Amino acid sequence: MIVGKASWFFENEPVIIATGVTGGPFEKNGKLAEDFDLLYDDLWMGEDSYEKAHRLLIDEACRIALEKAELTKEQVNFMIAGDLINQITPTSFAARSLAVPYFGIFGACSTSMEGLALASFLINGDGADYIVTGSASHNAAAERQFRYPTEYGGQKPPTAQWTVTGAGYAIIAKQNEKYSEKPKITAATIGKVIDMGLSDPFNMGGAMAPAAADTIETHFEETGRNHEYYDLIVTGDLGKIGRATVLDLLHSKGIHIPEEKFLDCGLMLYKEEQPVQAGASGAASSATVIYGHLLKQMNYGFYKKILCVATGALLSPMTVQQKETIPCIAHAVSIEKNS
Amino acid sequence: MGKNNKTPEQKQYEKLEQQHETKRPVLKNCIKAFFVGGTICAIGQAVSYFYIYFFNFTEQTASNPTVATMIFFSMLLTGFGVYDRLGQFAGAGSAVPVTGFGNSVISAAIEHRTEGFVLGVGGNMFKLAGSVILFGVFSAFVVALIKTIVIQWFGGGFQ
Repeated sequence: MIVGKASWFFENEPVIIATGVTGGPFEKNGKLAEDFDLLYDDLWMGEDSYEKAHRLLIDEACRIALEKAELTKEQVNFMIAGDLINQITPTSFAARSLAVPYFGIFGACSTSMEGLALASFLINGDGADYIVTGSASHNAAAERQFRYPTEYGGQKPPTAQWTVTGAGYAIIAKQNEKYSEKPKITAATIGKVIDMGLSDPFNMGGAMAPAAADTIETHFEETGRNHEYYDLIVTGDLGKIGRATVLDLLHSKGIHIPEEKFLDCGLMLYKEEQPVQAGASGAASSATVIYGHLLKQMNYGFYKKILCVATGALLSPMTVQQKETIPCIAHAVSIEKNS
Repeated sequence: MGKNNKTPEQKQYEKLEQQHETKRPVLKNCIKAFFVGGTICAIGQAVSYFYIYFFNFTEQTASNPTVATMIFFSMLLTGFGVYDRLGQFAGAGSAVPVTGFGNSVISAAIEHRTEGFVLGVGGNMFKLAGSVILFGVFSAFVVALIKTIVIQWFGGGFQ
């Protein structure tokens, strides 16, 4: 059911029945290593290109999710997923081996929540029984496409962020007695593209902050909820700079979210001593932390209601060279659990 | 949207955002670049003396084998995945010497090996270094042209 202009309430409460989360070597040394289902020791993962390794991350995440849900791929109606690589080939190639009807989506690092919102909408409206959705990124594959070769010795400024190697996939299903204990999706707000004129590709958190603030504000306005409704509001990959800026922006709009309730996936993945500058980024940042870490925390009962806001910077290496500013987007999905 | 026609709203946001931006530690970076760059050059000087004392090179002719040796070191460090870490630490210190030039060629060659030798390695090897070569050669041409014109006009009075 639509509320306001851009928000949905899912009155049939679609549920996340299982997740599959894979990661690379840097994630293995990170803070949340135990929340991953499968971790690889090197970036090649036994494949002969980074793009193939990227595909493998997705393949495995889907396989694990299906296994945990005790489903075969024939039972799944649709796959809604994407990544950062040109023409989202890693995801499409993984969809080839999965052989499930497929919607390829691109929302940069906001893809995870874009997919989850769409999947929930389809399930809620009786459009499907099971949908697999998620997003992925690979550090070296993204690095070589958006920046420089991986071994190039360029210095990154302290505002830069580290692209996560990983994939986070979830299976969304209709609510029934069997799944009453599973986390359910109750609402979503689709963001609009916002460009506040920043153009530094080494400071994406700063560029994405206004999009996140706008989507959070819209979500509260249209659903009639406020930050007190949620135990936690978590953003996808804003990093140190973006997070501080969003808090400031929301503050100026009269939304006073306490700092301890406002986390960022990009700041949760890695240890302090890992050289990631301002934090993690990439389509896998929100997907791995939400589907891996936060859903587990919800199952343990740490959180009951969370609002996940995944942010994406919709730039390409070409638009950067053509001196264009960075348009950004954010989508919010609310996940709740019965107590 | 271009960079130069920002709305007042965008300018206001830029100001707010800059308060949260971590500043580049310019002085610290300069000091690190000075010492790392200096060390690389000192090693280069040692290699140069090595060729002069142990082989039949003079101070003028030793520069060619020295450059080749330094690029060979840079190649090893790039291949073993050390040079990019050095680059993050040292910045310009490891980018400006010839080893940095070698690193930009070699890293691109390694990176594009997955697309094959001709279109991958061959086509992309000079992706980063190409502009250094182009503008290096072009600026040398311009300087030489100026020198030639000056000599022609003033009849070699400057020589």
